[in-house]
Amino acid sequence: MNVLLEAVGINKSFGGVQALRDVSLTIRQGEIYGLIGPNGAGKTTFFNVLTGLYAADGGGFSFDGQPLDIAAPHLVAAAGIARTFQNIRLFANMTALENVMVGRHLKSRAGVIGAVLKNAGTRSEEAAIERRAVELLHYVGIADHANALARHLSYGDQRRLEIARALAMEPKLLALDEPAAGMNATETGALRLLIEGLKNDGLTVLLIEHDVKLVMGLCDRVVVLDYGEKIAEDVPEKVRRDPKVIEAYLGGAVA
Amino acid sequence: MNTHAKPWQGIVLIALVLAALPFAVGLGMGNAWVRVLDFALLYIMLALGLNIVVGFAGLLDLGYIAFYAIGAYLYALLASPHFGLHWPTWAILPLGALVSGLFGILLGAPTLRLRGDYLAIVTLGFGEIVRIFLNNLNSPVNITNGPQGIARIDPISIAGVPLSKPLEFLGLALPGVYLYYYLFVLLALVIIFISLRLEDSRIGRAWVAIREDEVAAKTCGINVRNVKLLAFAMGASFGGVAGGLFAGFQEFVSPESFSLMESVMVLCMVVLGGMGHIPGVILGGLLLAVLPEVLRHGAAPVQKLLFGKVLIDPESLRMLLFGLTLILVMLYRPAGLWPSATRKRELSA
Repeated sequence: MNVLLEAVGINKSFGGVQALRDVSLTIRQGEIYGLIGPNGAGKTTFFNVLTGLYAADGGGFSFDGQPLDIAAPHLVAAAGIARTFQNIRLFANMTALENVMVGRHLKSRAGVIGAVLKNAGTRSEEAAIERRAVELLHYVGIADHANALARHLSYGDQRRLEIARALAMEPKLLALDEPAAGMNATETGALRLLIEGLKNDGLTVLLIEHDVKLVMGLCDRVVVLDYGEKIAEDVPEKVRRDPKVIEAYLGGAVA
Repeated sequence: MNTHAKPWQGIVLIALVLAALPFAVGLGMGNAWVRVLDFALLYIMLALGLNIVVGFAGLLDLGYIAFYAIGAYLYALLASPHFGLHWPTWAILPLGALVSGLFGILLGAPTLRLRGDYLAIVTLGFGEIVRIFLNNLNSPVNITNGPQGIARIDPISIAGVPLSKPLEFLGLALPGVYLYYYLFVLLALVIIFISLRLEDSRIGRAWVAIREDEVAAKTCGINVRNVKLLAFAMGASFGGVAGGLFAGFQEFVSPESFSLMESVMVLCMVVLGGMGHIPGVILGGLLLAVLPEVLRHGAAPVQKLLFGKVLIDPESLRMLLFGLTLILVMLYRPAGLWPSATRKRELSA
């Protein structure tokens, strides 16, 4: 299978804390790739470096055969990586529909002049943005709440809305930061179906998750970080039995 | 047929009201009040410009009046005996929008990383710097004529007809304040139209997205730097046009018209009316421009009537009541007098 994202020797430290140490990994086209590790292992830091929110101290990415410019988040987005956040970041006072419409920013081009003149081109573009946004709300199953403010949605629906907004960017890689955090079993089950559906539609998914059952059941391959270092990268069955992984999660044998 | 008739009826009605308003006001209360209306329209333009920066993009700007000053001085320098230049109005106003817009970018560029209080302080400084420059650029080379200001500015003229002189129209002599009123209404409508169109567009959504969550906006592919600069430039250009109109209308400009108090006033119009909600901002601009005049003229006679003499100087009473009004509005209508539906829910939840 083709490699979609390759990270080579990513380093990032905050003061004296080395949050990522020489992390290298490859994500293949069309797979669900899990990123797991104990708290503080550097998973979210990796996401933030990848999506341009933090500047890396060293290393680089290649994405879809090109070097990835991580100098600014919007460049990463333009390259085709969309993400969600561990602590949901929606546009709280915009409606669900508007949130998804913002996600179409890169796929539309009307500027000030187009907006003011509202010529045929702008009108059809706006209609297309809205149509796609409604489709996506249906896809994630919250179309009933299209006109509700994002902040008034239930927790699970907010997670779904964030995914819909990310999907609106038509990404090649969807990076989900703990999408099941705080969800009950039913919501997690629905989320799992949603992510499997994304995979079936050909999307590549990078998934940070604490719910080990979800990760093991869903992911094609898993990488494990511990104290900023990669300690394992393989199919879930093998990672599960890796002594280093067990040690990282459960603590090492004494003496 | 019927469904289409209704909006047009509304528009015709509004047009008739706007056309008749100066006559009703002028004949009922005197032409000085038409002049107040003219100023109210200028303030509405300013408030709508600031609304783009503060209301849509969420960037607190306390130096907005600087762009008004830049537009006004540009007009004054290009159409007065000061430099002996007499450019036509139609050339200066767009240039004023452009130059103010550029200054907007100039202010925006170094402040991109600042938010909230910090941004407010820097913009406040910018506003003061512009005023102080205007005050002091009379030596060694006299550019702005310093604190004396620039006088004998050419009145705005359209197709060679200066608006300062009464115009004979259908056997009716329309005084200058009426003519300015119609011009200002027209331009205010243009600015309202642009604001409405921008609000409901890809750009408008990007502004609001930045206001709501800058990090999320970035990861949605919005080039936050450019979109913020665009907000500064658009807002400033509205201010520049209003400034040019102000200079031509007054035929005199001096730095003291562009004090911090004016910036605060325009910000109050935006906040009081309903931040980010265009009808609210228009209402805010109208009220805050007209009410102080009502108090200025009404306070003394009312006191005479009640107490037989003037107890409190109308000028201090004006500021007192103004402050009280602001406090009451913030207490009982924190989202503004006429907030957008969204904003109202936000503050009540």
